[in-house]
Amino acid sequence: MKKLLNKKNIISIVSAALIYILITYLVSSGILSRHYQSLLVPIGVNIILAVSLNLTVGFLGELTLGHAGFMSVGAYAGCLFTVYANLPVYIEFPIALMIGGLVAAIFGVIIGVPALRLKGDYLAIVTLAFGEIIRSVVTNLEITGGAGGLKGIEKTSNYTIVFVIALITIVMISNLVHSRHGRAICSIRDNIIASESVGINIVYHKLLAFVIAAFFAGVAGVLYGHNLGILKPSTFDFNKSIEILVIVVLGGMGNILGSIISATIITLLPEVLRGLSDYRMLIYAVVLIAMMILNTSPKFAEFKENIASKLKGKRSKGKGDGNVTIRG
Amino acid sequence: MGFIQQLINGLELGNIYALMALGYTMVYGIAKMLNFAHGDIIMVGAYTLSLVMTNVGMPPIIAILASVVVCSILGVVIEKIAYKPLRNASPLTVLITAIGVSYFLQSVALLIFGSNKRKVESAITMQGISIGSLELTGVSVVTLGVTLIIMIGLTLFIKKTKLGKAMLAVSEDKGAAQLMGINVNQTISITFAIGSALAAIAGVLFVSSYGFVGPYTGALPGIKAFVAAVLGGIGSIPGAMLGGILLGIIESLSKAYISTNLADAIVFGVLIIVLLVKPSGLLGKVRMDKV
Repeated sequence: MKKLLNKKNIISIVSAALIYILITYLVSSGILSRHYQSLLVPIGVNIILAVSLNLTVGFLGELTLGHAGFMSVGAYAGCLFTVYANLPVYIEFPIALMIGGLVAAIFGVIIGVPALRLKGDYLAIVTLAFGEIIRSVVTNLEITGGAGGLKGIEKTSNYTIVFVIALITIVMISNLVHSRHGRAICSIRDNIIASESVGINIVYHKLLAFVIAAFFAGVAGVLYGHNLGILKPSTFDFNKSIEILVIVVLGGMGNILGSIISATIITLLPEVLRGLSDYRMLIYAVVLIAMMILNTSPKFAEFKENIASKLKGKRSKGKGDGNVTIRG
Repeated sequence: MGFIQQLINGLELGNIYALMALGYTMVYGIAKMLNFAHGDIIMVGAYTLSLVMTNVGMPPIIAILASVVVCSILGVVIEKIAYKPLRNASPLTVLITAIGVSYFLQSVALLIFGSNKRKVESAITMQGISIGSLELTGVSVVTLGVTLIIMIGLTLFIKKTKLGKAMLAVSEDKGAAQLMGINVNQTISITFAIGSALAAIAGVLFVSSYGFVGPYTGALPGIKAFVAAVLGGIGSIPGAMLGGILLGIIESLSKAYISTNLADAIVFGVLIIVLLVKPSGLLGKVRMDKV
């Protein structure tokens, strides 16, 4: 057993605490405008979504385009619970989070068992299809408020709750990835045939990663719903799934810290570019294309290596620098 | 409306999906990438048609030609700028780039034309015909005819001409094709040009039956066409035709007899069921993993 309080863990704990203190200071002193304060919860929600999607896309190596579907299932389940159950908030909200996560996880099993038999682009299109089916059904159900949305959700989410839950998500997923199961999951990404022949249960581990990702997406959905106070099915469309995927890819697949940073940047970007509102999507698109082309060009990779080695002197293992290859 | 009428509506819609799915499938077969921007090329085609017809005042046939030319050039340019540097990148990188291109086209259209939908006069001025109690509009007659001609032409082109065979060879094995003296880059460019030209025609037919075009017009039909291509077995040309037509018929019948709102869910549900039974689509090739 490795020591629990090693250097890396201490640094993580201290930096998490510092970030929280910094946010609290910025909020209470009023340096952060009200507008930016309202972005704290969405940033946390996106971090949870990105880190959980990273588990399937980055570590398991399966491309899924239905993450928003899980988010929506969890959000509706959790928010319906708080709307209809009249319990005190401190009992109600944790239960709602669990319900949201569990319902999303159940959907993860229902969808994962058949869908994970498919590979690559076929899996991508099937998860996309599931996401769209969930959205259509939610739009046409009465209990969910239909296209008009589910209204009257208490706005319980604040940045402290979201911060704590995002932290729990990050700790759980990074622990999972570094555990025996996590190594099995990564081995499926690296070479499925080799890992099958050393006796790894492929179906179980694929499903494990998929369901855990779905669980956290559901939790993120509950937080999202309790932040806005209203849930609309159109929020959870295909573009939301793409947005989360873009966050994961820009942050680097298989890199949790990368997902956190890129979730923060991508959430802030539209606000920073507010002055250029007409050109916002255009800039976003161009940046996206340029990033992808730069990331694959060998010259840029060399350049990045040079900078990194200058900064750090010596890089530890070059794991998760955004160039993890994925099977097609 | 009777069942036969619904079937014909479905066939018309299905043929438009089939035209788009052909572009998806050809590009996938040859470049092994999901070209998410394909749907937006349809939108560009529709805008070009409307601009040339109403603002320049040209006859419809020239407008159609113009939109085919514009889209083909656009397809080739996109391929050269965005996709060519990524030939050896992971599929996910290429997918995100394609999504980036799609956002790019949508936001450019939004900047130029605004978010309001633009009314487009039908490019097809043919009179409708009626057979017995069936009423066929001019648009559906032309749609059915044009797609039939294109599908036959495309099949012949791929099977009989040198260029078509080169495409098949490149999609089979890029390296071997290059060794046989095929210009792979040129073949890929031509495939993008043909795929985009088909998208332009699909766009023309699409706006002719719907009458409006907006910056996001291409998005949903694009996804449906993608579903059609996967349904038929992506990479297979007859598969794309079959998938497109099936999808159109299913959509139109479920709108008529089950629920308008759930039609999309039913379409996607059919896709999932088909893929679970036949994981590589209806007419797709089964590829084995080798150690």
